[in-house]
Parts: sequence; structure tokens; C-alpha cells
Amino acid sequence: MSDDIVLGCRRLAMRFHGLTALDDLDLDVRRGEMLGLIGPNGSGKTTFFNVVTGIYRASAGEIRFESRDITHSSPQAIYRAGIARTFQRSRLCLPLTIFDNIMIGNHRRLDQGLWFNLFQRGKLRRQFASSWDEARELLMTFNKALGAQLANAAGSVNMIDRRRIEVCRALVGRPKLLLLDEPSAGMTHEETNELMDDILAIRQRIPHLTIVVIEHGMTVIERITDRCIVLNYGRKLCDGTYAEVASNPDVQQAYLGKS
Amino acid sequence: MVAATKAPDRIPAVLAIVALGIFSALLLLLHDRWAPLIVVAAGAIALVVALKTGAAAHAERSFAAHERSMNAVVIAVFLGVLIALGRENFSLLMLCTVLLYGIACLGLNIQLGYCGVMNFAGAAFFGAGSYTAAVLAAHTALPHPLILLAGGLVAGLLGSVLLLPLLRTRGHYAALITVAFGILFRSFLEVNDTLGGPQGLVVPGLNLFGWSLNDPITVGGVTFSFYLNYALFTLLLAIVAFVVARRIERSWIGMNLDAVRIDAVAASTFGLNVPYLKIMAFVVGNIFAGIAGAVFAMMTGFVSPNDFDFSTSLVLIAILVLGGIGNPWGILPAAALVIILPEKLQAIQEYRFLLYSIAVIAILLFRPAGLFPRRLRRFFPVERAS
Repeated sequence: MSDDIVLGCRRLAMRFHGLTALDDLDLDVRRGEMLGLIGPNGSGKTTFFNVVTGIYRASAGEIRFESRDITHSSPQAIYRAGIARTFQRSRLCLPLTIFDNIMIGNHRRLDQGLWFNLFQRGKLRRQFASSWDEARELLMTFNKALGAQLANAAGSVNMIDRRRIEVCRALVGRPKLLLLDEPSAGMTHEETNELMDDILAIRQRIPHLTIVVIEHGMTVIERITDRCIVLNYGRKLCDGTYAEVASNPDVQQAYLGKS
Repeated sequence: MVAATKAPDRIPAVLAIVALGIFSALLLLLHDRWAPLIVVAAGAIALVVALKTGAAAHAERSFAAHERSMNAVVIAVFLGVLIALGRENFSLLMLCTVLLYGIACLGLNIQLGYCGVMNFAGAAFFGAGSYTAAVLAAHTALPHPLILLAGGLVAGLLGSVLLLPLLRTRGHYAALITVAFGILFRSFLEVNDTLGGPQGLVVPGLNLFGWSLNDPITVGGVTFSFYLNYALFTLLLAIVAFVVARRIERSWIGMNLDAVRIDAVAASTFGLNVPYLKIMAFVVGNIFAGIAGAVFAMMTGFVSPNDFDFSTSLVLIAILVLGGIGNPWGILPAAALVIILPEKLQAIQEYRFLLYSIAVIAILLFRPAGLFPRRLRRFFPVERAS
């Protein structure tokens, strides 16, 4: 596997009893690119994310991240290796504060020891203070007003801000690969545009970060991705730039049906 | 972090705490047939008025804004009540029970309130501590502080038996496992002759570094009940338990426990070790219950299987739910309500359980999140003027 491949999958399969969600999937993600993952509903996009992040265990095949085999690693090990994600349906802890929600993603860099947390309160206070500043700074790059709301419940802000918090939660642990599962789901046209500006801004700020984004909106895909991969029935239908993919007859057939 | 409005002052909270203190003292001091009933009725009306007029919410905000000094006020008022009750054996025994059940509930709160691990065997772990203390105090020369610690450790170890089934099940199934365990524990005690069977065991009184807590203290010619000794000691223990529980909540660990409770899948994708956190919460919580149980045994001087049946486990859960799951401050008033109220309503005989049940239902109907719902986490609350 060459050096510029961050994530590589070979003959990856995910079967749930009779249902085959991923079928012999070969897929490479290149370092630093913004890859769009598209395909009709049920084509295996989210399943792919769940397998990569270790929520599901692949039925067959191999996943390599930074040349390391992570096919059978636990979600924790995969997170530590540097893969972070957002969820299609917001999975924030709504009763917790915005700060808490972001810091849950920073698990790798926070001191987790029982002794430290119970008895070294002075050190904990310093770690807390620097984390607070870090979270605020991160949030402010997306929305200036959010920075002042760190102590509020995550449930008190609107959908787009919740998505932003989710993105911050994924970014705060400084991942190498960011998986965005339909970031624009449930948003208006304007909100979607705003969020895509945010995502493009992330790329500017962290140039070496590799991003894979699942999206249904084709204008969004056209605007933000370098390359697209189309999935259908758990297999790779084709890949290439948006223009190439959009003109591919197989893709048109998968989306529109046989004429 | 910057409060837009001026922080509320201390007076409403202090008034509320003092009122609660006077209410409890009155309730415990009055022994006539009907007097406690009148006090309860007056208290209930005062509570409803306070809730309706917003005075309660005002006091709560004031309490939250001045947490540190309020902690001290609560301790001072509690000490005041203890001194006022200084010669009343039964009332002090009840207060001690409130505090010890409170410590056990602080443990259950770490399990259920933070981590979301159901434990319907709270009484079993409390009982494990009690029986450990009974056996060790009667048959070994171990210093009593170590015996109390051993009670906690045995409860923690006993709970480890449940770890595997608990980690492999979820929700109702996990809850059922703890129910079964609680029942098993009691049956085991009943048939086990070395542990006294259904008759139970006699336990020596607590002796701390040469000071026997069963010897009453005399100050200026007034001899206080020996239960005052136990009350002071359990108060100290409750403060320590509270501080530990609070620090767990206000740390990265507490944050992670909450994440596991709310969404374990999302938590695991962010590197949280879900099984480890569940194990930690469960074991730490059981240690709390075990230590409380050990003190309870040495205070009452006697343990029997009947003290640790399933209904006692339910009482512990009821205290948690009534007080407001996740809020350690809710536990004390809720424990007082659940333990003291039925005793004080003796005048209406068996109807007291009816009235008591109605009170519990009413509270949960009008305050579904409990008397004192949990607030958002603040890692380091600072009392600031601005």
C-alpha cells in the first residue's frame, strides 16, 4: 500500500444475517483529500463508517489505517489511532453542557486517572481552564456567538449549531481522518451552505486533515469534494471527480433506475 | 462563564435551609399523637406555596451561586438539629439511618445517576458491609476503622460477581439480574447458620481509637444520648462520601460516566472505555453502600436478613428518584422524607403508608425530575460577585 493512502479497504464485507450491506468493497482514501461518499439510500455508506470506526465488526476483508490493520480493533483503539466521526442523526448528549460534549471527544488528551480526578484538583483545574479556552476557540471558528454558550446545555441550541458542536467534538482530539455522516441532514438550504463554508474553513486551517463526507446534495458534493466514490448495493460503482462521476451512465442508472 | 445578571445573594438559601432544619427538628421532637401530623401538613403547605410563588426556585439559585458557604450552612444547621435532639434516642437513631441510607444512595447515584447502571440490590451490598462488620468485630481484633473499610471492600468484591452478567446485558435485563442477586443474598443469609440464619448476629459497638461510641458523652451535667456520638460520626462520614461523589461528578470521569449513560455507542467512538467506566461506577457505588452498612450494623448492635430484603433496595432507589436522580443534594431531604415520615405518622396507624405513598406519587406527578432536579455540571463553581 502506497504512502499517500490514509485508509485502505480490501474486499471488505459486512453482512447482517441475510442482508449484505457491504460487498467486496475496495476503497482507498488519499492523504489530505476531501472525499465524497455518495450513493442511493441503503447503499452502505453509513455502514461503511460504522465498520471503519469499529461499531460493527467486518464479516470479511481488511481495513488498513496508516498502514496498520484496524479491521478487528475496538472503537477505542480506532479513535486513538486518529479517526473521528460525526453521526447522521445527531448523537450529542443533550442534557450535558456544550463544553462537556466537546470534551468527550478529547478523551485521548485528558487525564483519566481516578487519583488525578479525585485528589489532584489543582492540576485538574489547570487542565480544565486550558480545555475551556481550547473549546471556546474551536467553537468560535464556526460561530462567534457559540463561544459564549459553553456552559449551556447542548439541547438549548438549534440544529446547525448542534452539528457544529458535533464537528468540534470530532476535531478536538486532533484526528488524522474525519468522517462526516451527512452533515447537512435536516437543514435548510441556507444552513447547509453555511455549514459547508465551515467545513471548507476546517480544510484551510488543518491542511493535512483527510475528510470523508457522506452527502445527498449534489451541489454540495460538487462544491466541496476533490473526488467522489459512488456506492451501490454495498459495492463501489465508480470513482472520480464530481464531473466524471455525474456523467457516468451506471451512476445515473443507480439513482434514476433503468430506462 | 460571565454571569449576565448579578449573582443572587445568600439570604434565600440560608432561610430555606434553616426552615428545613426547624421543620425536621420539630417533626422529630414532637411525640404527641397528632402534633407530627400537623407539622407535616404545615410543611406540605409551605412547600407547595414555596414552589408556586417561585420562592423555592429563588432559594435554589441562591444556593447554587454560593455553594461553598451553603455547604457550611447545611452542616451547621444539621449540627444544630442534632444538639436540639441530643437526648432523644429514637430520633437520633432515625437521623443516623437517614445519613447512612444517604451514603448508600450517594453510591447508587454514581451507578444509576451518572453511569446509568441499574442496581436493585442496594440493600444486599449494604448488608454485605453489615455482616462483614458483624463477623470481623466479633471474631477479630481488627481496629474498627479498618473493619468499616473492610465492609466496603467486601461489598465491592461481592458486586464483582455481577460484573460479567451486567456487562453482557442492558436495560431491564441488567436490572433483573440485580433484583435476582438481592433476593439470593437474603436467602443465603437466612439459610446460613454460621451467619446466624434468620436470627441474625449481635454486633459490638463502634470503637474509634479507644473511644467507644456506645458511651454517652456528658457536657456540663447534661448527658446526651449515645446515638449523638454515632450521629456525629455518620455526619463526618457522609461529608466525606459527599465530597468524593461530588468530585467524581465534577471531573473528566463524571463527564465520561454521563456520556456512557446517555449514548454508549457515541461514547465508545470517542475512545471511552465503556465497560471499564461501568465497572468503576458499580464497584465504587457498592463500596459506599458497604461502608454505610458496616456503620449501621455497629450502631444498631444487631443484624438480621430482614434488614436487607428487596423492599429495602427499593427504598434506596425511591430516595434517589424522589430527590432527583443525579443530584447528591436531593438525597438528604428525600432520605429524611422516606425514613422519618412513616415513623412520625403513627397516629393514623396503617393509613400512614397510604398517605406516604400518596405523597410520593404527588411529588413525582408535579416534579417528575424529583424534588431537586440535577443541574448542569460545573467543574469548578466559583463564588463570584460579578
